[in-house]
Amino acid sequence: MSERFHPPTLAAAVMGQATIPPGHPWNRLPVVGAGCALLGAVACAILGAANPKQFFFSWLVAVLFFVSLAVGALFFVLIQYASQGGWGIVVRRVGEITFATLPVIAALFVPVLFGLRELYPWAVPGAADHDALLRWKAPYLNVPFFLIRAALFFVIWSFIALAYYRGSRRQDLTGDPRVSARLRRFAGPGLIVLALTSTLASVDWIVSLTPHWYSTMFGVYFFAGSFVGFIALLSVVVVAMRRAGLLDTLISPEHLHDVGKFLFAFTAFWAYIAFSQFLLIWYANLPEETIWFKARMQGSWMAVSVLLIMGHFVAPFFYLMGRTVKRKGPTLALGGAWLLAMHFVDLYWQVMPTLHPEGLRPSVLDAAALVAVGGCFVAAAGWLMRRQALVPVRDPRLAESLAFENA
Amino acid sequence: MALLIPQLPKGPYYGILAEFATPTDLYQACERVRDAGFTRWDAHTPFPVHGLERAMGLRRSPLPWIVLVMGLTGAAAGFGLQWWVHARAYPLVISGKPYLTWPAFIPITFEVSILFAALGAVLGMLGLNRLPMLHHPLFRSRVFERVSDDAFFISIESWDPRFDASATGKLLESLGARSVELLES
Repeated sequence: MSERFHPPTLAAAVMGQATIPPGHPWNRLPVVGAGCALLGAVACAILGAANPKQFFFSWLVAVLFFVSLAVGALFFVLIQYASQGGWGIVVRRVGEITFATLPVIAALFVPVLFGLRELYPWAVPGAADHDALLRWKAPYLNVPFFLIRAALFFVIWSFIALAYYRGSRRQDLTGDPRVSARLRRFAGPGLIVLALTSTLASVDWIVSLTPHWYSTMFGVYFFAGSFVGFIALLSVVVVAMRRAGLLDTLISPEHLHDVGKFLFAFTAFWAYIAFSQFLLIWYANLPEETIWFKARMQGSWMAVSVLLIMGHFVAPFFYLMGRTVKRKGPTLALGGAWLLAMHFVDLYWQVMPTLHPEGLRPSVLDAAALVAVGGCFVAAAGWLMRRQALVPVRDPRLAESLAFENA
Repeated sequence: MALLIPQLPKGPYYGILAEFATPTDLYQACERVRDAGFTRWDAHTPFPVHGLERAMGLRRSPLPWIVLVMGLTGAAAGFGLQWWVHARAYPLVISGKPYLTWPAFIPITFEVSILFAALGAVLGMLGLNRLPMLHHPLFRSRVFERVSDDAFFISIESWDPRFDASATGKLLESLGARSVELLES
């Protein structure tokens, strides 16, 4: 019965462009990634031994960057399933490969656990003794419970990620439409679980760096940044794949246009959330809330804040507004690469003022940690790319996605 | 009122209406009418036909530019009003903040931008479509009633520089029109 719904002929026709052929430079991605990871790890070990505090902060930012990309990818794919989106099926596997690296990212999170005392003031033994607020928060903010939560977040995310990655891969072989139906049914509840866990994770890993501070909007802020980050990565990867001769006739300017629309829309959404969080705190002017923004509005951190307003919102907003920019590969990829960099700056700006309240102090360890974690991510993603086609070749609605046109 | 309700040019005839049986016939006829150099003409279908705008050789609508200009105007107006009220006309200290509390102005600036952009989109669309028009000569045709059902039409207006009542009618017939009629103004 399944043969009737999605003839394998389309899959066969698509397959040629959708797999990395032998001898293609992208076959070397795992090796290149592993090389970078090794280089970065050695640099981290040498430089980090002299300055462990800096190492843990740099490593935290680097891991958060890739966690947020993977979580953003999960949101993207689950939203596509829940909304029964048609256009995005041809780019869905990029998301599936991104979040299928979550078990690797979980392993990369482990060094953070060894630096809890360096990173989080509440984790220092005796910190709560003279601090009423920390004592009050101690039932939640304590090391054992923090570890349990971190483990839980990664287990839940990896479980959802692998369920969707494996389901989609199985469909490549069987073409069974019931896989799509099942994954769609789980997408709604999955999104709720994802929203709750990513909110709590962002509070645990970023907000609790300043344990007195709180913002009820932070979870949405983390989501907005993650989503922009993943869509930016998606636009870069999709354009790079087309240039490398993969999927070059499958992904049309129509698909690029829609990726660009997502990028544009969520850039505005990020600004909306970021500003709403700032405005409420700034206007109420309560010391326990303003402390976080005060640290980021002093000295050279203010320059980074202005860079975020201009570079994460104003410039890309007007740049991505036009139609032509979104439909051409190079211009879309430029916008995506820029926003990916800005997403990193955003996370850096959230974390680093805790370590360097006196001002922006870039460190070689920042770059080393990024290369180490990024190398592992590229290696894992490159290895996954070689395991199957780069589009879900026998998704029942692939033909619809390929024929997609913006009205 | 006459200014607000767009009028068609004066003349004894509105133009020629040709009926086609299928979207494919219409699509191919549109390409030929476009290539014949007509500029004042339109196609009418019961449902959107993908790619018809290319077959008709339509340029992109200037509407996005109207919306952008209106949105920016709205932003300037929204911000300007608050600046004038709070910093110029009625400078009051509110919760210890400076007069020019620009972060507090952003929500209103944003809302007024949206309002102006939306008004620009709706009114610009109406203007570019020459609406509201209380009556249109196309509605004189009985055949045209099927435009919302199962028939496809091309109308060429008599003020098109290439319009010629008999030659244009023959052209449309040669393109496979099921019926061709000359409509009075």
